[in-house]
Amino acid sequence: MNQQEKQLETLTEIRSLMERSSRFISLSGLSGIFAGIFALLGATAVAVNYGFTFDSMFYYGKAELETGEANLSFYIFFGIIALSMVVASLTFGYYFTSKKAKKNDLAVWDSSAKRLLINLFIPLVTGGLFCAILIYHELLPLVVPSTLIFYGLALLNASKYTLNDIRFLGICEIILGLASAIFVKYGLLCWTIGFGLLHIIYGTAMYYKYER
Amino acid sequence: MKNYIDDLNKAFESRIRLGIMSILMVNDSVDFNTFKELLNITDGNLASHAAALEKLEFILIRKQFVGKKPNTTYAITKKGRKAFGEHLDGLEKLLKKRE
Repeated sequence: MNQQEKQLETLTEIRSLMERSSRFISLSGLSGIFAGIFALLGATAVAVNYGFTFDSMFYYGKAELETGEANLSFYIFFGIIALSMVVASLTFGYYFTSKKAKKNDLAVWDSSAKRLLINLFIPLVTGGLFCAILIYHELLPLVVPSTLIFYGLALLNASKYTLNDIRFLGICEIILGLASAIFVKYGLLCWTIGFGLLHIIYGTAMYYKYER
Repeated sequence: MKNYIDDLNKAFESRIRLGIMSILMVNDSVDFNTFKELLNITDGNLASHAAALEKLEFILIRKQFVGKKPNTTYAITKKGRKAFGEHLDGLEKLLKKRE
């Protein structure tokens, strides 16, 4: 090996160490694609159960019985859908990410992963609690925009600790969230685009950019 | 003609020292085990290179106890940041000149 090749290799190694030690780079695009698919399945389940319409107010109306009481089965149905989507997305997300880490001979659980999760979950848990408060005050139409906005902010915050591309997805989710807060009638449509379509587009782009 | 090799710091010639400095450039503080994992080296090897860098005042070593376990963390100093930055510039110039 000549001197120049050696120095070039040194620089490459320095760069790789800086990146590996400060950012969690094993996040797999396939995780995003699957999260998107689960979101679409969730939206489909809602449409199958209550009938399909673009008007979100129709679904929100189901939250109350004709007697004016809260419709418990509505909250249970949406609770189960939301929970299963989160669990499925996280499980598959972890599976693909650990597979990618193994392939690149990196640890899945290290300080960069910890840092990423902490910074992702602080805004995310805040958003979750805020949504619970909105439901408590019976402000259902604002729940969907809030999930998009807080998720977008969480991604934006996390982008400093993982592949920077996720920043763009975060900004798109925030814009979509604000739009859906104005046009609450299309809230669920925006939600399906934000969590379904955007995840699939982002995941596919990441997969082709980093994993092929 | 300037000899760019003068800009290269002898202290950073070893692969491990380069690694330690690279990681500390982008992290506020890094612990012993994280270094071991990232650099794939043994305890003794890491300790001796870190001690050498500390002696040059390029890094700070802080030893603490978490419960009964010793926990050593490392951070870069101002002097270390400057020296490593110059070293990187030197490498870059050297490569550009030969192109």
